[in-house]
Amino acid sequence: MSTETRKLDRVVIRFAGDSGDGMQLTGDRFTSEAAAFGNDLATQPNFPAEIRAPQGTLPGVSSFQLHFADYDILTPGDRPDVLVAMNPAALKANVVDLPDGGILIVNTDEFTKRNLTKVGYDSNPLEDESLERFQVHKVAMATLTIGALEETGLGKKDAERAKNMFALGLLSWMYHRPTEGTERFLREKFAKKPDIAEANVLAFRAGWNYGETTEAFAVTYEVAPAKLNAGTYRQITGNTATAYGIVAAAQRSKLPVVLGTYPITPASDILHELSKHKNFDITTVQAEDEIAGIGIALGASYGGALGVTSTSGPGIALKSETIGLAVMTELPLLVIDVQRGGPSTGLPTKTEQADLLQAMFGRNGESPVPIVAPQSPSDCFAAVLDAARIALQYRTPVLFLSDGAVANGSEPWLIPDVDSLPDLQVEFATDPETFQPYSRDPETLARPWAVPGTPGLQHRIGGLEKQDVTGNISYDPENHDRMVRLRQAKIDGIEVPDVVVDDPSGEAKVLVVGWGSSYGPIGAAARRVRKLGLPVAHAHLRHLNPFPKNLGEVLRKYDKVIVPEMNLGQLALLLRAKYLVDAVSYTKVQGLPFKAEELQDVLADVIKGVSA
Amino acid sequence: MTAIDLGIPGLTGIPTTDEKQTARDYKSDQEVRWCPGCGDYIVLNTMQSFLPSLGLKRENIVFVSGIGCSSRFPYYMNTYGMHSIHGRAPAIATGLAVSRPDLSVWVVTGDGDALSIGGNHLIHTLRRNVNLKILLFNNRIYGLTKGQYSPTSEEGKITKSTPAGSLDHPFNPVSLALGAEASFVGRALDSDKAGLTSVLRQAAEHRGSALVEIYQNCPIFNDGAFDVLKDADEAQRRIINVVDGEPIRFGREGEYCVIREGFGLAVAKSADVDASDIVIHDASDLNLSFALSRLSTQDLSHTVTGVFRRANRPTYDDSARAQVDAAKAAKEADLSKLLHGKDTWTVVG
Repeated sequence: MSTETRKLDRVVIRFAGDSGDGMQLTGDRFTSEAAAFGNDLATQPNFPAEIRAPQGTLPGVSSFQLHFADYDILTPGDRPDVLVAMNPAALKANVVDLPDGGILIVNTDEFTKRNLTKVGYDSNPLEDESLERFQVHKVAMATLTIGALEETGLGKKDAERAKNMFALGLLSWMYHRPTEGTERFLREKFAKKPDIAEANVLAFRAGWNYGETTEAFAVTYEVAPAKLNAGTYRQITGNTATAYGIVAAAQRSKLPVVLGTYPITPASDILHELSKHKNFDITTVQAEDEIAGIGIALGASYGGALGVTSTSGPGIALKSETIGLAVMTELPLLVIDVQRGGPSTGLPTKTEQADLLQAMFGRNGESPVPIVAPQSPSDCFAAVLDAARIALQYRTPVLFLSDGAVANGSEPWLIPDVDSLPDLQVEFATDPETFQPYSRDPETLARPWAVPGTPGLQHRIGGLEKQDVTGNISYDPENHDRMVRLRQAKIDGIEVPDVVVDDPSGEAKVLVVGWGSSYGPIGAAARRVRKLGLPVAHAHLRHLNPFPKNLGEVLRKYDKVIVPEMNLGQLALLLRAKYLVDAVSYTKVQGLPFKAEELQDVLADVIKGVSA
Repeated sequence: MTAIDLGIPGLTGIPTTDEKQTARDYKSDQEVRWCPGCGDYIVLNTMQSFLPSLGLKRENIVFVSGIGCSSRFPYYMNTYGMHSIHGRAPAIATGLAVSRPDLSVWVVTGDGDALSIGGNHLIHTLRRNVNLKILLFNNRIYGLTKGQYSPTSEEGKITKSTPAGSLDHPFNPVSLALGAEASFVGRALDSDKAGLTSVLRQAAEHRGSALVEIYQNCPIFNDGAFDVLKDADEAQRRIINVVDGEPIRFGREGEYCVIREGFGLAVAKSADVDASDIVIHDASDLNLSFALSRLSTQDLSHTVTGVFRRANRPTYDDSARAQVDAAKAAKEADLSKLLHGKDTWTVVG
């Protein structure tokens, strides 16, 4: 029997297993294969906060979803077309998302009575009728892997551990993926343990051969390369793109970077990445706590470096006081907040957009801070460069609001030409004749950046209110009022690009406004409703403070404005307050990104309501 | 540029000047606003008199402070300065020291600022051995918030916030610093200009973190806290000033001395012990330094002054810069190459 090959335009695969099963690695490798093949793609990992939750339990399930296509896609996909379940817990936690007719590949070896009981299965779902509506492939992955590795002399336990590569091999065969990259990757990853490297390669090949020879799979699938804009691409996660944006900021400003930070999920990878690039004049300091992290960054900025700090969740609360000091001392500072589920410790590994109002207002006194939010993993690069531009040019702390979905998600990135990146060079003050610590540039209202070591410019700054121009301590009521307004005017006057409205038909009466990582699902939902003949306009905000100058005008053009957010309506609140527009909030706070299909329904209802 | 390497570890890399400096050069144009009789005035004057002797360019000296009475210090120094936030000065100064090897960075803090709200930053800065000089003004009281007990106040202290007496056991700041393995720890009295200057000089010349505890009188909320040490007769019996390499004797004509006892040290009359039993101070010996710190009691029946510890170990900021320099030497900063990474693919238009 020969297998049939079907052509598809897009596929969503989800690998799910125990957190010790190597699902993230498996997903990563499949992603690299798809990228190497030239598909457009988007990924979304989902893993527990515990490093190793009890084996085989529901809280211990880790998954990696990958969406790849022959056209440009915007999201990691709502539901998998293919679910790979390595144990009963992974099946139970994920099967609800698999649509009828979906492909389910199950590692049968783990479906023991004990494991089934552990997750509350009364009977074995592989033996009853509960999975009837799916195309189920039962594969004894562990047994087959151990069998394939018998000759290597590797212990049973070590051999069994390679079963994720068996799964990867099988899926690679099913989707006609290139395999050289994975084999090379495995040999490099386990370079110090050649026997483990070979075992993984063997398991990977065994999975491939299993598909090829067993005739259990009647159909394989092809997804052609996507027609993306010309150029050189790579796959990149949001955290890596953020780190690279900071490296680029160092290069384009010709300033050293000092990252002061404290490890916290999901922001730590920014520290890990930057710590590898000291050759770009980047110093990373793992501080004793969040407060010291930002203090070190601010101290470095005072000394003439670009100070950067990175955090998430409760960490941003701890940094508030120092952000206030940076507002008062008017020094450049980049504050990266990878938002996660809150409040308090909340959901460390899940995503949320609920720090917007804290970024906006979460300090004592009138303490305005610019806010920049990236809309996708690769967009982190350009967005963080822009945040650095604002910090340096306007001498202000800037909050960069990434989130868990953007940080850990990945997609192809059209690598920019380095020479085309913006010039971020700034001048330090040097002239003792004209120097006043709190004089202001007439255009930007920025005060001079006078770094220690500059002859004749000795001066003192600090958190006490400053006298306008001289910067001396001042308790004068009129002066305080003036300074409060000056600091606000400086932030309000920051140059940000106009918001661009996507309305292909030009006939939309409904505008959907989003910010940050909801760009993908909102954009995908807008495409879907347009296909149904319902026009809709989409505006996505990168700059949350100040808002783009044309935003009010844009909002007032439409009969209805709807604002989907992964919080309880924080942007909607700001839009309503500032523009007196009756913006409607659509909110979901489940620690997961929106699904395009749910937003499609929401948008369709609103559009129909407006036309009715 | 008249940068000269003076061969003094703590000052290496900081530009020097041949221009004559005086204390007046270090006074800023701001009116000093401490209470009349405050010990801070004496420390400020001592500092302004001492700094010219280092011969550094004034613009390469920075004072960073936290919050509290003593933390107003930078405003009065005609150098660079930052009056930061409560307890965080060591962290901010660390960022500055890491990024700028050409600066002499001083932290001014108090017992509340350094030991309550900023305790964490203090011990970690000392542990890392960042090249900072930390002056801890210890008046054993909260001044700026008007008279609550501090982490160095004695147990049972009656204050506004503790009408029935404080329940807190106080820190011994020198023991705390040595516990964090500070590479330099000293102590001096605000009123002892010569002794304070000597400790400040040794701190400035030391490469690494230097903690200098300064007993400082608050005339408003804790007046006379250190009076027993300022009375000539009492001081003779109580102050044990230590000098590296010398036998530890104190009192008139060396009436008293320090000897070993159990795992620690004890005070004895010199006449009662064999001269060979008198401990010779060794500032590089952490255990000895710690034992000396334990001779200082909260009731001031004995107080050790001088330099407890001075030891060489790598500083955090030097090491951080060395890593960056090594990375720069090993690998070109090629941004385009970094952005491309290992796996790319090209789409032809």
